[in-house]
Amino acid sequence: MKSLITALVVALGTTAVQADTMKMAVTTSFNNSGLSDVLLPAIKEDLDLDVQLLIVGTGQALRLGEAGDVDAILVHSKKAEEAFVADGYGTHRREIMYNDFVLIGPSDDPAQIKDSEAAKDALARIEKAQAPFVSRGDDSGTHKKELSLWAGADLAPATFDEWYKAVGAGMGASLNTAAGMGAYIMSDRASWLNFDNKADLAILFAGDPVLFNQYAYIPVNPEKHAHVNKDAAAQLEGWLVGDRAKGLIDSYTINGEKLFTFNAQQ
Amino acid sequence: MNDIWAGLSSAFWLVVTGDPDLIEITLRSLQVSLTALVIASAIALPFGTWLAIRRFRFRRTAIAVLNSLMGLPPVVVGLIVYLLLSRSGPFGVLGLLFTPTAMIIAQVIIITPLIASITHQAMRDLWAEYHDLLISLNTTPTRRILTLISDGRRALLTAALAGFGRAIGEVGAIMIVGGNIDHATRVLTTSIALETGKGDFALALGLGFVLIALALTVNLIIHALSRTEREGRW
Repeated sequence: MKSLITALVVALGTTAVQADTMKMAVTTSFNNSGLSDVLLPAIKEDLDLDVQLLIVGTGQALRLGEAGDVDAILVHSKKAEEAFVADGYGTHRREIMYNDFVLIGPSDDPAQIKDSEAAKDALARIEKAQAPFVSRGDDSGTHKKELSLWAGADLAPATFDEWYKAVGAGMGASLNTAAGMGAYIMSDRASWLNFDNKADLAILFAGDPVLFNQYAYIPVNPEKHAHVNKDAAAQLEGWLVGDRAKGLIDSYTINGEKLFTFNAQQ
Repeated sequence: MNDIWAGLSSAFWLVVTGDPDLIEITLRSLQVSLTALVIASAIALPFGTWLAIRRFRFRRTAIAVLNSLMGLPPVVVGLIVYLLLSRSGPFGVLGLLFTPTAMIIAQVIIITPLIASITHQAMRDLWAEYHDLLISLNTTPTRRILTLISDGRRALLTAALAGFGRAIGEVGAIMIVGGNIDHATRVLTTSIALETGKGDFALALGLGFVLIALALTVNLIIHALSRTEREGRW
């Protein structure tokens, strides 16, 4: 027992590794896409900076930024981001890249959304057919997007019956639920392509410009939280809008499909 | 059934190939949970024993509170520790959030009541046996606690192992206060949650089997080191 305790003390004492590190809150969709596995090693190589990712929903990412628990955030919910900057929690908002959302459902498509003309049309058909639909329901960027699409179709999810299931979970867990129930769901393309448990689901609708999903980088305001690593956050921003990032982001594919489009103002 | 077989073979390959990520998160799981166990035991074993031998006015209430704290939802503990350690919380200046230390703090809070409660149950019976002897020898209260702890070590080991079991398998609290950061606060249970979220059930299950094997190994090692369950010892 004594030797065990000694070993523990030694193990504890050696955990502090001091390279320059910063914490960044990112959305589950960004991490699930696998793009972070490509970008982080390159950042480490170019800047000698360890970026520690906290993978949460946009709602929680913004809360972490407000509390000063992270140095920067990378999320995709424009309205909430602008409010975050307007309230002084972030210094500014910098658009980096976009990907898109897709509507997924059982491959026999009971609501016949395949040949819809627009996203709102597809959602209206699901509502009409009362086909099971899984919603993130977790106040994330994806969830907010989904709600805005329902609003665009003049429908209010609050009034829906049992077929509309708000699961209150991340993208992966929600996809698992949808796969288990054979339900419709909206997902970002990246999470879907990287998802391993597709069961009978398939992409049924995509391509409407309202489904574009803009990612933006916001450094946490050092005036609110003096301890944030603002130098590292500025360095990272410079890297993210640079040519190396552009090349990596634009050339990232899964199964030959391009996922992200770099669109930062350089 | 296919997923379960895939999980078994995935666990097998992870272990056989000595996957460096697996080794890292396994060691961190051990580091966090064993540290939490040592700290919690240092608090809970004397406290549970003291509660068994000491008579005071609110004893019954104290025991009831302790027993119900065993059922503390880890998620709530995690949230409270998060709010306390957050930069905008009272202990924010320490910068402990999203570190293994924060995970240890949360686990100590979760397992201390459990260990103390089991200790109390066991020590109450032992105290009934030892009461007359220790009183007639005119021992001090500290001496009584030490004697009971020493003679009841087998029951205390059970209490500690129950605490360890709860700590190593816990995910709700450490997910919130640790953040599941790769190479910093990722442990076995949070990885399992992550891989399940990605729909990679085989890898998630493989990690689960590794976790079970780890818990079993720790139990066996502690039994061996403390020489219990041997003929002639008890």
